[in-house]
Amino acid sequence: MNLSAEMLIQLIILLPLAAAAGVLVMHRHPNIREAISLTIAVSVFILVYTLYQQIISGQTAMVTWTTILPGLSISFKTEALSVLFALIASFLWIVTTLYAIGYMRSHEEQNQTRFYTFFAISIAAVMAIAFSENLFTLFIFYEVLTLATYPLVTHAGTEKAQQGGRTYLRILLGTSIVFFLPALIGTWAIAGNLSFTVGGVFADDTPSLWLAVLLVMFVFGIGKAAMMPFHRWLPAAMVAPTPVSALLHAVAVVKAGVFTLMKTVVFIFGMDNVGELITTDFLLYLAAFTILASSLIAMRQDNLKARLAYSTISQLAYISLGVLLATEAGLIGSSMHIAMHAFGKITLFFCAGAILVVSHKTEISQMAGLGRKMPITMIAFFIASLSIIGLPPTGGSWSKYYLLLGTLETEHWVLMAVLMISSLLNIAYLLPIPIRGFFPGKQATSQAGDAPEKIQEAPLPALIAIIITTLGCLVLFFYPQPLFELAKMVGVAS
Amino acid sequence: MFFDLYNYWIVFVLMMIGLYMVINQSNLIKKLIGLNIFQTSVFIFYISVGKVNGGSAPIFSSTETLYSNPLPHVLILTAIVVGIATMALALALVVRIKKAYGTVEDSELQEKDPKC
Amino acid sequence: MLDHLPILQVIVPLLAAPACLLLNKPRISWLFACFAAVISLLISAALLNQVQHSGVISYMLGGWEAPWGIEYRIDLLSAYVLLIVSAIGTIVLLAANTGIRNEIDEDKQSLFYVLYLLCMAGLLGIVATGDIFNVFVFLEISSLATYALVAFGRDRRALLTAYQYLIVGTIGATFLLMGIGLLYSLTGTLNMQDIANRLPLVSETSTAYTAFVFMIVGVALKLALFPLHLWLPNTYTYAPSIVTAFLAATATKVAIYLLIRLHFSIFGDDFGGGVIQTVFIALGLLSVFVASTVAIKQPNIKRLFAYSSVAQIGYMIIGIGIGTSLGLQGTLLHLFNHALMKGALFLALAAVVYRIGSTDRACFNGLAKHMPWTMAAVVIAGLSLIGVPLTVGFISKWYLVLASLQSGLWPVALLIVIGSLLAVYYVWTLVESAYFGKADPSLNSASSPPIKEAPLGLLIPLWILVLANVYFGIDTRLPLEASAQAANMLMGAGQ
Repeated sequence: MNLSAEMLIQLIILLPLAAAAGVLVMHRHPNIREAISLTIAVSVFILVYTLYQQIISGQTAMVTWTTILPGLSISFKTEALSVLFALIASFLWIVTTLYAIGYMRSHEEQNQTRFYTFFAISIAAVMAIAFSENLFTLFIFYEVLTLATYPLVTHAGTEKAQQGGRTYLRILLGTSIVFFLPALIGTWAIAGNLSFTVGGVFADDTPSLWLAVLLVMFVFGIGKAAMMPFHRWLPAAMVAPTPVSALLHAVAVVKAGVFTLMKTVVFIFGMDNVGELITTDFLLYLAAFTILASSLIAMRQDNLKARLAYSTISQLAYISLGVLLATEAGLIGSSMHIAMHAFGKITLFFCAGAILVVSHKTEISQMAGLGRKMPITMIAFFIASLSIIGLPPTGGSWSKYYLLLGTLETEHWVLMAVLMISSLLNIAYLLPIPIRGFFPGKQATSQAGDAPEKIQEAPLPALIAIIITTLGCLVLFFYPQPLFELAKMVGVAS
Repeated sequence: MFFDLYNYWIVFVLMMIGLYMVINQSNLIKKLIGLNIFQTSVFIFYISVGKVNGGSAPIFSSTETLYSNPLPHVLILTAIVVGIATMALALALVVRIKKAYGTVEDSELQEKDPKC
Repeated sequence: MLDHLPILQVIVPLLAAPACLLLNKPRISWLFACFAAVISLLISAALLNQVQHSGVISYMLGGWEAPWGIEYRIDLLSAYVLLIVSAIGTIVLLAANTGIRNEIDEDKQSLFYVLYLLCMAGLLGIVATGDIFNVFVFLEISSLATYALVAFGRDRRALLTAYQYLIVGTIGATFLLMGIGLLYSLTGTLNMQDIANRLPLVSETSTAYTAFVFMIVGVALKLALFPLHLWLPNTYTYAPSIVTAFLAATATKVAIYLLIRLHFSIFGDDFGGGVIQTVFIALGLLSVFVASTVAIKQPNIKRLFAYSSVAQIGYMIIGIGIGTSLGLQGTLLHLFNHALMKGALFLALAAVVYRIGSTDRACFNGLAKHMPWTMAAVVIAGLSLIGVPLTVGFISKWYLVLASLQSGLWPVALLIVIGSLLAVYYVWTLVESAYFGKADPSLNSASSPPIKEAPLGLLIPLWILVLANVYFGIDTRLPLEASAQAANMLMGAGQ
């Protein structure tokens, strides 16, 4: 392809919007509607991949849309972390669309056009976040993402969905306006610059107390990273249809949160600065607390999606922790965990959705013995669980390894212990589900009746999606090289 | 000293009387009377400022060389017109209030409407 | 013809007003009034263009030379404010035909347009003239028209409010008149430029200080500066909604203009050794916090936004108090932006009143389902009020924060940001009840017809303002350039 990189960035952001428009126009023809979504998803991925090849060969590009005030513009730029994030999000968009087709149809959801429209708009916002050149642009699309996902969260339209949507909006908008925006203004006031710069934007003589305060404001302000005590929106958002939970609340929205955090730490503060601030330790231990606390809460959840939601909070805190360690290993670990967790968690959500569609079961206690009925789903669930826990042969083991390495390097023994304990907790709350699915034990069998059940899997498009992401978990173990290279490029001056 | 500037003292006293009435009177009409006194004090101020010691009325004549300043007087003509318009409007409002509420006592008016 | 633009700016609405009275048919009066308003909008646009290219325009009324005759003087600041007033005045007037249909009796509607145009003429006159006594006269023209407009309100409390407003307004104007008299006795001239030239010689006298205090207090009453703001919430609440939209977007802006004129052009910004700057900042911050806090609890949404207006005026006063070119630019930007957002918000409320007849908070529950366009407008204008990026509100807050930081007043910057959080709270509660609230079943029972979206006559002007909120939040060149030039000019004149 002979498109310039500038062109590519803009296309990547605008194409999903075009998809949204196309979906709206074709709302009477579900087949064409879904075809549009799928085609554009694939082409966006191809475009991002082209960008990936360029960034590997050392080319970068930048576009400015408009300058609002002098020094404050809406601009986009390619950079390793951006491409990493965009690559994952666009790939999983394809898979999720595939899955959504199966799920939405067999579940006979209402308002599917609205669903696909806002879905595409959300992806456009995610792409814009990924390629933001400065914090201001990022902030704007961060808010757009919140607003665009709101109709998806409240899709069901029930009282409970409304309630969840309110919590969702309240926490995300609240934190971003109370902490994020003031922090952004403060950064501008101190540094006079919001562009993402290698090594940070602050002058060397900036009082470290200010930076310390700003860092705390950013960490709390980026509510999408779900650091405790601002995590409650994530379980609340689980009232959404499963494909939404899968892509947005395991991948796009939450990863946009940690992505923003990484960008801020690496390119606004600079890694060296963050390591020395007095509040960094506080934030690290907060992250550690979040990891443990949400794992413990997850164990007590009987609703599968709620358990996965708390598991997500815990895994997000891993990433935040890795970033705040401010070492190369921590950064690599975090970058890779964005990818690994995305694949693992989306598979888990897909499985949860498949179980819901086929057997209408949402509670874990009802799922004993389900492995005989849905073997593929349960195997996928098992593999994805391994990836989340961080055991070979799944991709998750690499990122967890680097995160551990990061704590080791900085001699944070407590944090290291937390990571290990948490992995054990992961095992405790994830693995019983597939294990009891296959080996329900006597009690459950007698309840379920003795008649051998027929195999009845999820609808074909959904099943394909599950298989793809499960394979992704495995493949990333054997070929982590591309991701690793991108992760290594993050924060290195080109 | 005090009597040299007696005109200012008159202005000051009238102004305070007017202001006091506006604030303290409960009857809407009496408030307006106070407002009128308040305005008039300023008019008097303008007029007295225009007076030049020993000057005659500002009508051109061959025998006089010193005239009082006519401009403040002209200005006050305008201000009086404005004042009359204000007063007319205010009285009209009071008439409407009397029709709507049946009273023009401020203390009674406050009780007629639900607090919000 | 082009030479006479400064006087035409005032004369057109002034003469159109009695013409409306003669027409005496609501619809025709409205069309005619709109026509006059559009012409004055075009004139103000032409004036701004002219001033930007060829400098200050000085127009001698009747051909009499400046210190003796009355001068109309259009500099960058006045051209900028003229444009704001005439633009918002025109847009709100477009909505008036529909907006007052349910609020004012048919036989009085022509009178409404007469008063509206008179008020507009007065406001434009204050800004256009270079003669300080003329300012007083125009101030009274606009104020008298305003009192009558407020009294149009359906609720009988509108009458009482109009009466109280009249008392306060007249006291304010008389204070101003007193100040003018003192200045005249000091300098012997009424031309503002001339006063500014002669004042430095006598600026240390107690008469000058007295004049300054009289005038500032008089203007502060007019612009509802805390703690002299008590007339404003009632006035905005009980006036017909269209009038509220017009007043909120223009009248206070003109008062701010007058304050800037007095403070920077006539007395000079260092008059009184900078004490007044501190007072302005303190009062401004108090306005922001007290008014915003009070706004949160208001059960009536119109009153809520009235208090919010007091808070926004506080922001503008802070900018004046900071006293640097950047701070002044912040004030001028906020002047423009606040006109846009409050115009939009009060027009949206006018739409609600049109359909429901009330602005009680309870009426807003679940209203977004019935009036999606109106409520969407409230959301966007509300975001602008908070100061979210991509809306105009962000630009002016940004400049105010920047200005206070530049002057080393970082606590002020912090307080400005915290003040915005209060706005977040009261806007959010409103949006929440509109979108998530449960409609009161008695309001929407089967017997009464369902609430419909507002008519286009209101929606179109409303959305013009809403889109302007977004447009000028992204393409900021016009207000930025005009306000920067005006601010620099004023600071240059002050030094």
